[in-house]
Amino acid sequence: MALKATTLHAAHVAAGARMIDFGGWSMPVQYRPILEEVATVRQRVGLFDLGHMGRIELRGPDREAFLDRLATNHVAKIPIGAIRYGLLCRENGDPIDDILVYRAQDHLFVVVNASNTAVDVEWLHQHRAQGPFQGVEIIDRTDELGMIALQGPRSQAVLEKLTEGVDLGAIKYYRFSFGRVCGIDGVRISRTGYTGEDGFELYLPNPQAPRVWDALVESGAPEGLTPIGLGARDTLRLEAGMPLYGHEIGPGLNPIEAGLSFGVNLTPEKKNTLGYAALSAFAAKPTRRLVGLASDGPRVPRQGYTVHAADREIGFVCSGSVSPTVGKHIASAYVAIGFDRPGTELEFDLRGKRQSCVVQELPFYSRTRG
Amino acid sequence: MRPDDRKYTRSHEWIKADGDTVLIGITDFAVNELCSGNEGDLVYCDLPEAGRLVEAGETFGEIESVKAVADLNAPVSGTVVEANPAIEDHLEILSRDPWNEGWMIRLAPKTKSLDGELMSAAQYEAWLAESH
Repeated sequence: MALKATTLHAAHVAAGARMIDFGGWSMPVQYRPILEEVATVRQRVGLFDLGHMGRIELRGPDREAFLDRLATNHVAKIPIGAIRYGLLCRENGDPIDDILVYRAQDHLFVVVNASNTAVDVEWLHQHRAQGPFQGVEIIDRTDELGMIALQGPRSQAVLEKLTEGVDLGAIKYYRFSFGRVCGIDGVRISRTGYTGEDGFELYLPNPQAPRVWDALVESGAPEGLTPIGLGARDTLRLEAGMPLYGHEIGPGLNPIEAGLSFGVNLTPEKKNTLGYAALSAFAAKPTRRLVGLASDGPRVPRQGYTVHAADREIGFVCSGSVSPTVGKHIASAYVAIGFDRPGTELEFDLRGKRQSCVVQELPFYSRTRG
Repeated sequence: MRPDDRKYTRSHEWIKADGDTVLIGITDFAVNELCSGNEGDLVYCDLPEAGRLVEAGETFGEIESVKAVADLNAPVSGTVVEANPAIEDHLEILSRDPWNEGWMIRLAPKTKSLDGELMSAAQYEAWLAESH
């Protein structure tokens, strides 16, 4: 199957990006050395093409009740103009995807993973057909909207040069507004991201995306802005303790043990949500926990490596990376309860060889904790 | 054109006769696949001890970058005479000079011939162009 491309594809190639297949899309994995790109986002500001992410709009009078049936967060309680993290789960608690829900006055806007978009849209249609929610409109905006993120401490300074009619300082973390960017009206602007830094995500019509991208590259240059690929994005999100579907969560990897209870509302009001009973059972009796592991050894932990306490296998690695911010090699890993206390000394099995590591709480990096 | 004084494998090792022994390393293409031109992206290289017997096609070591781990495969059978002692602490040698200074192991080959699946420099380049 041919790879899909965003409208910024030509800009990435022209900038010398190395392109890879990611969730069926041809996307930039890096423009420069990954570790330098990580540092740019932590210290200055980076620009990301996220046009591959799935974007789904829900309209109609029962949209909140409909999504509350499928999503683990409490959609009806999201303040207008705010954004909340949640998951779509099966009855057995298996996540289908993790999502961000934007609640506007007259619609919901749901951002999902590229590789799961088709499954998510099908899941929504299937459940609308079954239930009392046939008046809800499900509109897949993925192919008509561009998505560009600015991440890093200088994000607001860069974006301010190009916006009109919107006070970026008034958009607090996990809030959104609409404003004029590069002369384009009605751009959705949210203070969100997947790096652990301050920043914004912009949603705008696809034909205008290249012009906005170029304007951001140009006006951001004095602030040290450069485009950033998916390689650095993966390290940034792991340092910030953020999950990636297919690594920390997925079939057999529930959000409770992944430490995502903030996105799973288990109060009785949500008892009709798919997966409620299974997720409540995991919450009552967890058997393992997602923790951080940090290692001073030479090898980099990778997904699937087993974790050991002396002779006993007690867990496995979900994601691993060199961490330029922490200065060690880091991993997220499930470990059995009892081995999850910070400071516990464990070992990775790296393809038959052991390397020591130490448990620590996620995230590895927090800009507010310092 | 890559050096034509040696043979190449499809897993991007090179092998070169050196007296009664052979030297084995990896190509610039392999190094670039791992670190995309940034030598700092290489983090680890595991090479065998002298005396170890390796079979043609067998994994004799590993090289690791920020992005991935790759096996090092023996192009021919033989006994390891020595591993390049400079590499472990100076992985940057592999991106600077994969052809000479960046040799990885010296092998006493079981037979003198270096044939089988091995390619000449021209064949390796034609195969790279067609498959990558």
